[in-house]
Amino acid sequence: MESGKNFVLGIYNDEDVLLEAVTKVRESGVKIHEVYSPFPVHGLEDALGYKRTRLPIAAFMFGLLGTSLALTMQTWMLGVDWPMIIGGKNFISLPPFIPVTFELTVLLSALGMVATFMIVSDLKPYKKPRMFDIRSTDDKHVMAVDLGSNNLSKAEIGKVLNESGASEVNDKNFD
Amino acid sequence: MQVTSPLRETLITKGKTVHDITEDICRQVEGKPTKSWMIGMAISLGILAIGAYAVFALLWEGIGVWGMNKTVGWAWDITNFVWWVGIGHAGTLISAILLLFRQKWRMSINRAAEAMTIFAVICAATFPMFHMGRLWIGFYWALPLPNAFGSLWVNFNSPLLWDVFAISTYFTVSLVFWYIGLIPDFATIRDRATNKISKAVYSALSFGWDGAAKTWMRYESVALILAGLATPLVLSVHTIVSMDFATSVIPGWHTTIFPPYFVAGAIFSGFAMVLTLMLVTRKVFKLEDYITIYHIELMNIVIIITGSIVGVAYITEFFIAWYSGVPYEQYAFINRAFGPYNWAYYTMMTCNVIAPQLFWFKKIRTSIVSTMVISIIVNIGMWFERFVIIVTSLHRDYLPSSWVMFYPTKYDVGVYLFSFGFFFTAFLLFSKFFPVLNMAELKSIVKSSSEKK
Repeated sequence: MESGKNFVLGIYNDEDVLLEAVTKVRESGVKIHEVYSPFPVHGLEDALGYKRTRLPIAAFMFGLLGTSLALTMQTWMLGVDWPMIIGGKNFISLPPFIPVTFELTVLLSALGMVATFMIVSDLKPYKKPRMFDIRSTDDKHVMAVDLGSNNLSKAEIGKVLNESGASEVNDKNFD
Repeated sequence: MQVTSPLRETLITKGKTVHDITEDICRQVEGKPTKSWMIGMAISLGILAIGAYAVFALLWEGIGVWGMNKTVGWAWDITNFVWWVGIGHAGTLISAILLLFRQKWRMSINRAAEAMTIFAVICAATFPMFHMGRLWIGFYWALPLPNAFGSLWVNFNSPLLWDVFAISTYFTVSLVFWYIGLIPDFATIRDRATNKISKAVYSALSFGWDGAAKTWMRYESVALILAGLATPLVLSVHTIVSMDFATSVIPGWHTTIFPPYFVAGAIFSGFAMVLTLMLVTRKVFKLEDYITIYHIELMNIVIIITGSIVGVAYITEFFIAWYSGVPYEQYAFINRAFGPYNWAYYTMMTCNVIAPQLFWFKKIRTSIVSTMVISIIVNIGMWFERFVIIVTSLHRDYLPSSWVMFYPTKYDVGVYLFSFGFFFTAFLLFSKFFPVLNMAELKSIVKSSSEKK
């Protein structure tokens, strides 16, 4: 069967039931495509076996870029391109450069990290999301299992989901 | 897995379920505007129109229409600027610092407080821009842009320039933080939308959010780091605003106590404004189950703490002026308390130091009426604090022949009204079309903090 088209959905009402269900379903050998929740469920990423996100590293790198850009800009403008005596201080005096350096570090770090987040998560205006069940933005947790990437039959997967505590088990087919 | 103590404080009352949260918050987004909203909007637009006339006259004639003179070069404009920036501190404080401290009560108020922050910072930024006179060439004066004078760059040693960077960074980061939080809630509204226009608008705003566990994991990480970045940022902004004064050599301004004193004052006035707005919002939108008396009490406690810090700072300033032995510094403070502007000084003292102390009484800090009254008093007091610092330090300078008084003109009042008109119009639009509470965050605490039926 082709993957990414035919899914079995387990609908869960409670986040704690969901967490246990994810572990049970994975132990029984069923590959979970993804779980969709109306709010962040703590521990779900570990239960699903996701690797930790590297966004903090991106934030640090962008911050570093901000620091060096700010220091270079100020040093070049006031120290090299047009040196001016201001209050009898050195042309390049570090302490007064710190506030702008700090602000640009924070600015680039925040904007860079958020942009990275948008790109890796493919969030953009007018993107039409593939919603398995629209109740997943209201109050239900939706576990999607791709029939194409599992060897088990639809009935077998449905049974595993039912036993794990799902309140409903539905089919979802995309053309 | 998260282990939750059964002895949690109740943050949501009347046994609300996850679905109830969606219903309660989406109701005013989906329904027709209420009558009270329409009346509020009409008043705000009226104030905005009057203010817009004052702004037009200001831009047409120049800042000479304001009441300032050669001795008092900064007056209402910078007072309003500092006041609005101060108000703009509560939102990011609530969402960032309280997130780092894992204070779950922030979840009922952070969305509206952040919106308030953004609008307040916009209001604040207009005042220095108007003060520049010709604001259309202000970009060349305020930003390091190449220009035809050589390029003659901006002065990075100047605290006024630090302010440009601090305010614009603060605005941008607050806006991004707010918007990231809004995306999941926009998705909820999108999936419930029945008519074509709102479906199109909210699907554009929701950025194709689907609530996948992987996206939530990244989202949580982004929120935490943004909070970590915004915490020093929010403290830096009012520190830098205070340096506009503290790095000068004007007696009354040239004090090292200014940064912490200004930051405490900013949190103080910001929380007061959040309370004023939230008490109205909770009533109009019937959100009493989400913004409970317990939330109000906690915010009032923050007001006692910051109000007391501000009180100590006022006294310390006086002590240091005396202890410094500098006659000019001593005169600046004697003039504040006993000079022609002493009425402003005592208004400030009464509103900021005495009024919030009433919150020590549990009855007063858990009463909605007294909270509303004191929150407005605090904001009046904080406006006077900035007026006292700015005008009384300037109006009697080194040369007695140039001693003057400052009297506001109708354009001073009008431009101030303009900022109010803008602020309330923007807040009303926000409260109608955006989810006023953070639905996704509230849903995550339903199990641990919702009252059991």
